Amino acid sequence: MSTTAIALNGPEGHYRASGSLRSEWTKLRTVRSTVWTLVALVAAGIGVGIIASAETASHWSTMSLADKVGYDPTNLSLTGLALGQIAIGVLGVLVISAEYSTGTIRATLAAVPNRPLVLASKAAIFGGVALLVGELVAFVAFLTGQSLLSGHAPHASLGQPGVLQAVVLAGVYVAGIGLVAMGIGTIIRHTAGAISALVGLLFIVPLVLQAFPSSIKNSVSQYFPSDVGSAMASVHRQAHALSPGAAFGVLCAYVVVALGIGAWLMVRRDA
Amino acid sequence: MIEARGLIKRYGKTTAVDDLTFEVRPGQVTGFLGPNGSGKSTTMRMIMGLDAPDAGSVRINGRPYGDLSWPLREVGALLEAKAFHPGRSAAHHLTALAQTNAIPTARVDEVIELVGLGSVAHRRAGKFSLGMGQRLGMASALIGDPGVLLFDEPINGLDPEGIRWVRNLLKSLAADGRTVFVSSHLMSEMALTADHLVVIGRGAMIAEMPVAAFIAQSSQHFVRVRGPQLAGLIPVLHGAGATVTTDDDGALSVVGLEASVIGDLAGANQLVLHELSPQSASLEEAFMELTHDSVEYRGDPQPPPKESVDQFGSTEKVRSR
Repeated sequence: MSTTAIALNGPEGHYRASGSLRSEWTKLRTVRSTVWTLVALVAAGIGVGIIASAETASHWSTMSLADKVGYDPTNLSLTGLALGQIAIGVLGVLVISAEYSTGTIRATLAAVPNRPLVLASKAAIFGGVALLVGELVAFVAFLTGQSLLSGHAPHASLGQPGVLQAVVLAGVYVAGIGLVAMGIGTIIRHTAGAISALVGLLFIVPLVLQAFPSSIKNSVSQYFPSDVGSAMASVHRQAHALSPGAAFGVLCAYVVVALGIGAWLMVRRDA
Repeated sequence: MIEARGLIKRYGKTTAVDDLTFEVRPGQVTGFLGPNGSGKSTTMRMIMGLDAPDAGSVRINGRPYGDLSWPLREVGALLEAKAFHPGRSAAHHLTALAQTNAIPTARVDEVIELVGLGSVAHRRAGKFSLGMGQRLGMASALIGDPGVLLFDEPINGLDPEGIRWVRNLLKSLAADGRTVFVSSHLMSEMALTADHLVVIGRGAMIAEMPVAAFIAQSSQHFVRVRGPQLAGLIPVLHGAGATVTTDDDGALSVVGLEASVIGDLAGANQLVLHELSPQSASLEEAFMELTHDSVEYRGDPQPPPKESVDQFGSTEKVRSR
């Protein structure tokens, strides 16, 4: 009874990142939640942008001077991503929390015992898809928004300084929030809890901060994810907002911290 | 080959697994027996590198799980029923697993056919019955054609046909020369499937021995004796080396003498008997008694196996219950 002949039937070497990446791609594309959350992202990102642009186009002549001073047509057409970020966030949470809630995580970790590799593969595949769809939504929302504005109000074009960067960074923000959500999902491991934490981070904490004196509010709020996203997708820098480059840096810090803590806990905790 | 050395796992103040040391050898089915909550699943997760032991170590083919080159090609496990995404099809679930360890896609169709899920392979697995879920779990375990297999309560929720299927599968895997480690809380099931036993209670080792020895040791054989002159019979039985206890209804339970010998002794001493009947406790009762108080049995010298006829007799009896 020789077991070694049976046991050692693998090819030379060791399980690889390429296999883990292919597996994560298979898992991501074979559940319906992926399709539905991405459809929601597209609908919110483009739809809300169309509504906001059409609204401004129709009221431009009667808008106050103050509103016109702060007017940024690029940012306006990308407004929908403020809502769409929830959709990509939900998918980011589900990518990992669904594995824990269904028990699939045990099969995944039995196949690939290197847990940081599992998380990195997930982040790469999901982050790549989120970036692709995020850029698609950003560009479509920008182009439809500007075509609605043209003829009624000042509008932007990709050739103007800072416009292309703002549209590209809007798509990057979508992917970044998705990865932050995935990190939260890895930390909390329960879908409902992780989505609540994400909504709290994106919407509730900024609301609570409104109660604070403006000196604190103005210096802190620019670092919140939503404000960071708005700064990244802007051509005209608003008061108490980061530059697009600095905002991108802050977003990267959020991603690194969320996924870093997630990876650290994943390695330490029992699956 | 699985080797566990001094495995300990604590959850707060509770010790779920208490200093377990055992070996699971290739070419036979090793049953991992213990009441529910005795630490079987925790032990299996530690073998798989999913839970970290507080002390001790476990090796598969000489290496910790995390050091295996192609884990799914060396170890396959069914750890819980329905450990898959309900929205994903069986084929996609298995494909995702196969890709991690560079297993050819053709193997996916192979294991689907092997476990009999061919007609539902592309249906969402959330619609599966418990039995179909167990079959998908089996397919997941077999995807890499591994030499070491772990199954945690594989017959839970299966119908009689499914149970027979699992039994035959486990035996044929062992006959291939693979290491097969299967947990159960049913002694009767293990008596039919396993060759070797690791018995635990409250996380601690109670016994590690061949199934045949366990059955022989556990099936308490005694002879029930009734009659009007038992007071005279007791010293005679004692004299012949038997252990005698008096039951509530006045009958004697005699351990250590065959019924025929007791009858001969009664006849020789001109004592009248009204009943002389050999009895045996079921395996399940013996197992419950064994695990009820693990300390009492731990370290007891094991008596040699008795006649195999008795073993199979008691096995069959348990199965029919």
